[in-house]
This record gives sequence, structure tokens and C-alpha cells, in this order.
Amino acid sequence: MAGQASSELDAGSPLAVSLRGVTKIYDSGVAALGPVDLDVKRGEFVSLVGPSGCGKSTALRLIAGLAAPTAGTVGVSRLAAEMRGHHPIGFVFQEPTLMPWASVRENVRLPLKLAHAPTGEADARIDEALAQVGLAEFARAYPRELSGGMKMRVSLARALVTDPDILLMDEPFAALDEITRFRLNNDLLALWRKLHKTVIFVTHSVFESVYLSQRVIVMTARPGRIGAEFHVSATEPRGEEFRTSAEYAAFCRQVSNALAPAYAGHAGA
Amino acid sequence: MKSSLHAVRLLLPVVVFAAAILLWEAIVRINDIQPYVLPGPVAVFETLISDWPVLSQSLGVTLLTTLEGFVAAAIGGIVLALLFNQSKWLEYSLFPYAVILQVTPVIAIAPLLLIYLQQQTAVVVCAWIVAFFPVLSNTTLGLNSVDRNLAGLFQLYGATRLQTLAYLKLPAALPFILGGLRIAGGLSLIGAVVAEIAAGTAGAGSGLAFRIAESGYRLNIPRMFAALFLLSVAGIVIYGLLALISHLVLRRWHESALGKES
Repeated sequence: MAGQASSELDAGSPLAVSLRGVTKIYDSGVAALGPVDLDVKRGEFVSLVGPSGCGKSTALRLIAGLAAPTAGTVGVSRLAAEMRGHHPIGFVFQEPTLMPWASVRENVRLPLKLAHAPTGEADARIDEALAQVGLAEFARAYPRELSGGMKMRVSLARALVTDPDILLMDEPFAALDEITRFRLNNDLLALWRKLHKTVIFVTHSVFESVYLSQRVIVMTARPGRIGAEFHVSATEPRGEEFRTSAEYAAFCRQVSNALAPAYAGHAGA
Repeated sequence: MKSSLHAVRLLLPVVVFAAAILLWEAIVRINDIQPYVLPGPVAVFETLISDWPVLSQSLGVTLLTTLEGFVAAAIGGIVLALLFNQSKWLEYSLFPYAVILQVTPVIAIAPLLLIYLQQQTAVVVCAWIVAFFPVLSNTTLGLNSVDRNLAGLFQLYGATRLQTLAYLKLPAALPFILGGLRIAGGLSLIGAVVAEIAAGTAGAGSGLAFRIAESGYRLNIPRMFAALFLLSVAGIVIYGLLALISHLVLRRWHESALGKES
């Protein structure tokens, strides 16, 4: 049975994303994912953690509709955003994935241009998105003139510019230095509190996942399945104090312990 | 230190050129070689001045042919690459013939073309045959070099084929296309010259290559050299112009046009 690429979830449903029995087997015969059942509530911040090759990026691509599942159903709540005339999903890749020939402003404009949004409205939304990530002054710069962290912010602004309900992030800060990553983590949390988006965040960093999320999902190695699930019930809002607290360390230890078997079965890890 | 090294790099070829010219003139004078055997550079330069009316007119003819061949090659190469990119069937059906056209020596095709086409058309077609392939293959390479994640992004936002082509594939392919055009510029001059020589032996034409052939029959060696000099200068100018255009178009973003330090 062939799976279905992102069907619509019930408008009244409290869920933003719902995976049911989803598997993905690539044409090469590699079983990348599943079967996986996963529900993500509206406004929830969920992290997927696991060893490389555990299918966490594949899961994001399936939710985004960039690939179709081999079996199972992917349900995504698109209607609310589409009713406002907005694109329901924003995607941030591991690389900044910017167009090198276009300025920061034109890069952020891309989703609106593809949707034929009127110029005046688009300009206002681009200004807003750039301000949200703190890049208002760099609108005219070209990607090569920016640092790695700033490029990632542009990528984030581009994902936010359509005011999506769901933000999918595929190891977005993995290539950045630690200080820059911490700052982007904090800014992302602040944005999430302000904008109430549903965020699904893929990372291989236990510390990052615990710091950011309400729920951490640990995945096992190929084919990726859900191995364990943790609710990070820390006090909000989180900040640098939380990062150095015993509570944070305890959560990290729990997640690390759950992750260990996945790595043990992983040759060369 | 760095700027002096730069100056040396520019100066050395000039010094070599001047030395070669001097040596050439000296050999001709010391051995008293006749101009119909080997003219000295001074004699060549004098011929360039005295025969300028004839030579400049021929230069104009050759340059026009080259330009027509180049424009046809640029349009043909890019359009064909776009069609191939949109339809695999078309690519599989036609690409082998593009290769065949490229690997068959144009000097062997030229006499045939001259039989079936008007001379002016045949010359332009020759220039096109030689020049279009690098544009085609470079554009194809460029269109296929699009960042996979960027392509995914366009897919995510529901871009149409035309949008993907205009906003993603063509800009991504631009450096490759410009590289292909740079090669095509020089090649279309070669194609024009080859066809002119083939046509010239058939007794018609007035381009620079025809002048060279004609002067050869008349043992007017200084004029051969003068015409050859003009062809060489034309080639250098064409390359320089295309390199400049490429630099100006890409300077804001592409690695090839950026300084090493940035």
C-alpha cells in the first residue's frame, strides 16, 4: 500500500501534525523510517533526537510533503494558515540554503514571490520577518557577506515570512559555534513564545533538544523508530539559568541514557 | 611587495613580445631576407597601414560573421539546453546528434555546406556549429547543478515549472552559461575563418581569412601577416569583452568574480 503525502487534519483537531504507521523505504531499498506514530499538538515544541541516519530528517521531509511515505498516513493541519492566505509550513534546512545571487531581502521574499503576493503586503511582511530575527539592517547584504549565524537567521526569516503554523527545522544550528548556537536557541525560544508556532526540531544534540523543547523524542537507528519520549516539564521562560541548573542536567542524563542503545548498535559511532 | 609582483606579471609578457619583435626584425635585416620570403615586423606594420582600406573592410566582414555565428550559437545552445532540461525524451533523442556535430571537424563539413547554402549563410552556419556545443553543454551542466535543498524549498512553496526555471535554475546556471559563452566567442571566430578559407578556395568572399588565402596565392606575404595579426587581435578583444561582461554580471555574488581575500 502506498502512503499518502500529507492529508488534511480535522479543523477542530488539537493536533498540528499526526503520523500514523508511517514508513519510508527508499528506491535503493534502504529502510529509513518506521513504522512511526507521532502526534504533535498545536503550539507544541517537539525535538527529534537520534544518531545520524535514523530517519529524523526523512520524517521532516515527509511532514513537509517533500517526499511521500511508503506506507501510512501523514496528517498536517494546513487549513488555518491557508484560510489566512498563508503557507502552512516553514522549513529551515541544515544549511542556510540561500540563493547566493539574491540579497537578503530577495531571499526572504522568495516564498511570497512564488505565491504571487502583492508587493506592498510582501514588503511589510519581509520587514517584519527580518526584524523578528534581528537582521533589519542587513536587508541589502548578500549571503556571502554574512556570518554563518546570520545566514541561518535569514533562513529562519524566510521560513517565518509566510506566517506558517508549523515550523520544521532540520538540524539548523549544527554547523554553528557554541556561543552562536546558544544565542540562536534563545532567540528561537523567544520567537516561539511570542508567535505560538508548532515547532518540530531535529537535532543530534541532547543538550539542545532538552533546552528547547517541551517534548523530546528519542529515535533508534535505521530504520528510525521512536525509542523513548520525555516531557521536559521545566519552568518557563527558560534562559541561561536553566542551562546551568541541576534540573537541566538531570533531563539531559535521562535523554542520553535513552539514546545510548541506539549508538551501541551503530557500528563506528 | 604584492603590487610589484603584479606589475612583473603584466610586464614580463610585454618584454618577451618586444624582444621577439626585435629579434625577428634583426634576423630579417642581418640576413637580408626578402619580404616575399619573410617580412620583418616593420614591413608588416607598413602593410597594415597601407592596406588598411582593404584589410579593415575584410575585418568588418569577418567580425560580422563571427558575431552572427556567436549570437546564433548562444541562442541555439541556451534554448536547446532549456528544452533538454524540460524534457528528458528530447534530450535522449537529440543530444547524441549535438555531440556528432561537435566531433566532426568543421573544416570537413564546410565544403558541403557551401554547396547547399548561400555562401554568407554557410559561413555563419559553420561558426554556429563550432560554437554552440560549449554553450549547450555548459548550460546543461549549470541547469543540473541546482542546490538540492533549494529545489526542495521551491517544491515546498508550490513553485511552478516556469518559476523554478526563472528564479532558480537560470540564475544558478548563469556562471556556467557565461563560461560557455566565453569559449563560444573564440570558437565562432575559428568557425568563421575555417568557412571563409573553404569558401575562398572556391573563389568568392572578402573576409580576413579569404584575404590570407588570396595573399598567399599572390605571394603577398606581408599582407598575410597583417591579416593574421588582425585576426589574433580580434580573438583577444572578443575574449576580453566576454570575460569583462561575465565579471560584471557575477561580481556581486559568484566566487569566480570575487577577490581571493573576501
